[in-house]
Amino acid sequence: MNRIKQTFLALHEQKKPGLVPYITAGDPQVSSTVPIMHALVEAGADVIELGMPFSDPMAEGPVIQHAHERALANGMTLQRVLDDVAMFRQDNDTTPVILMGYLNPIEIMGYENFAKAAAKAGADGVLIVDMPPEEGDALSALLRQYQLDSIYLVAPTTSVERLARIKELGTGYHYYVSLKGVTGSKQLNIEEVSNQVAMLRQHLKLPICVGFGINNAQTAKAIAQVADGVVIGSALIDKMRTAGTDQTSLLAEVKQFIHTIREAL
Amino acid sequence: MSKTDYTQFPDQRGHFGPYGGQFVAETLMKPLAELQRVYAECRSDPTFLKAFHEDLQYYVGRPTPLYYAERLSAAAGGAKIYLKREDLNHTGAHKINNTVGQALLAKRMGKTRIIAETGAGQHGVATATIAARLGLTCVVYMGAEDIKRQASNVYRMKLLGATVVPVTAGSQTLKDALNEAMRDWVAHVDDTFYIIGTVAGPHPYPQMVRDFQSVIGQEVREQILKAEQRLPDHLVACIGGGSNAMGLFYPFLGDESVAMTGVEAGGEGLETGHHAASLSGGRVGVLHGNRTYVLCDADGQITETHSISAGLDYPGVGPEHALLKDLHRVQYTTITDEQALQGFHDLCHLEGIIPALESSHAIAFAKNLAATLSKQKIIVVNLSGRGDKDIHTVAKIEGITI
Repeated sequence: MNRIKQTFLALHEQKKPGLVPYITAGDPQVSSTVPIMHALVEAGADVIELGMPFSDPMAEGPVIQHAHERALANGMTLQRVLDDVAMFRQDNDTTPVILMGYLNPIEIMGYENFAKAAAKAGADGVLIVDMPPEEGDALSALLRQYQLDSIYLVAPTTSVERLARIKELGTGYHYYVSLKGVTGSKQLNIEEVSNQVAMLRQHLKLPICVGFGINNAQTAKAIAQVADGVVIGSALIDKMRTAGTDQTSLLAEVKQFIHTIREAL
Repeated sequence: MSKTDYTQFPDQRGHFGPYGGQFVAETLMKPLAELQRVYAECRSDPTFLKAFHEDLQYYVGRPTPLYYAERLSAAAGGAKIYLKREDLNHTGAHKINNTVGQALLAKRMGKTRIIAETGAGQHGVATATIAARLGLTCVVYMGAEDIKRQASNVYRMKLLGATVVPVTAGSQTLKDALNEAMRDWVAHVDDTFYIIGTVAGPHPYPQMVRDFQSVIGQEVREQILKAEQRLPDHLVACIGGGSNAMGLFYPFLGDESVAMTGVEAGGEGLETGHHAASLSGGRVGVLHGNRTYVLCDADGQITETHSISAGLDYPGVGPEHALLKDLHRVQYTTITDEQALQGFHDLCHLEGIIPALESSHAIAFAKNLAATLSKQKIIVVNLSGRGDKDIHTVAKIEGITI
């Protein structure tokens, strides 16, 4: 059984919602990524979404856009993201790592090269923001061949007909985009999200994680009532940005923030 | 080999062979599907088409003349060069053909807010113009760098009632403005219509913009038959995203006797890496909703482009051009900044027309091409815009203070 499945089964048995932090690899420093990943796990993260930086991250709000810019300025590349996953796996063989990003770097690396390298590094799933299922057949088939999950987004605008397509191609879990907007937006409507997730449950069988706009423990807790996992991205990166560049204080800040959210859940 | 039917592209899902498609975040799939549905209706709806053509005639000033550039032809010393005078359109470029069409769609779909991206400001002005006429709210995203370079167009947009939002992300140019417009659209999908200015972006934009711009080639066909009783031998147009070229080329794709050349911005020369020639110097990738040729590094990061003309300064290109390149139906080449400047001055001096720096690339190539052809040959160049917006750029390069 793969790590994603195992993790959500265990969470389900414990009746615990999953905590899914997102960081951009290479931010704030190239050398900080693997230590941050371990810190996240120590503080209670169940799954890690690791952002593959891209020059044109169209679905991101300013906080994650800047994280991508910093990472690229630091010299981060797709290959180095995969190297980080491999390094993380040397000390952690249980926490699922999802590679999240945009398609162009993968087009340039080549789908098969990427799938092969990601599997070898020890990644568990891939979420490509600008690849809806209509364009995802080729990459998803290769990911499947290398035992990697294809995670697809579900949005408030996704029609019931299209849910069928997402269900057909998606594996691992579904990522529900909680609002019409970019990452880090502020107008999250909890009641609406709850209703939507309840509706999705009638159509989808995989665990549902909710993200975009969850920026504090209270919102995370409310969303966790209905979701199998909550994704925290912009709020975490914002904390890291203000923690400064000293690695010890950075890791302490990361642990404290994630720990607070874990406690609230 | 059987003859290719170029009207078969794109397919139902917006693919031009391996190119095009809908590479967008999930949230945008619904508004794109709606747009696709409404546009499919409108394409063959006589009422819509009548309204579109009336606007083109009475508001834009079409048809634009096809002008025989006698002195430019003589200077080249070969083929006859005709200019399609898109510079004479309202707002001074071909861009308005498309904004008129898309704004009518917006109105039909009940959208009250229009957004657009702009580089040089021509598409922004054309969008602000039509939004003012139809009484729609208009927000234009523009790179902070471009805002500095194109102050007069920024002011024109403001005069027309649009809000111009500076984009400070990334390279602060056209591609970043497009990213920001996409982000706005995701957040306002219910009431907002996104008017993309070129034949790129997710389906149905490449098809829709091509169709609206095809009026250029349709007119050229009639006009050249009247003037010369035959089709031209060669069509020439500049290419950034590729909308003016697509508009000129499309109605002639099936005419095997008509050769076509798309002229990309060679900047300081392809070998220097400082250019904006996606087809000549790029590789196949995915950017802004479609698969096409893009300028990126070995890691797939989109690279900054360079061109003397802001309107060509874009790291992608329309997917239909990518297909036409692979099929060898259209030849793609480059003209450097320096050559384009020469073309600019040639047209000023020889014909009394100040061309846009974008169009100057096509002029420069056509002049060289004409020199290699006999006097019986006919070349049609798309003079896609006028150059008033560029006089400060040209003056600065030549060390002149206006």
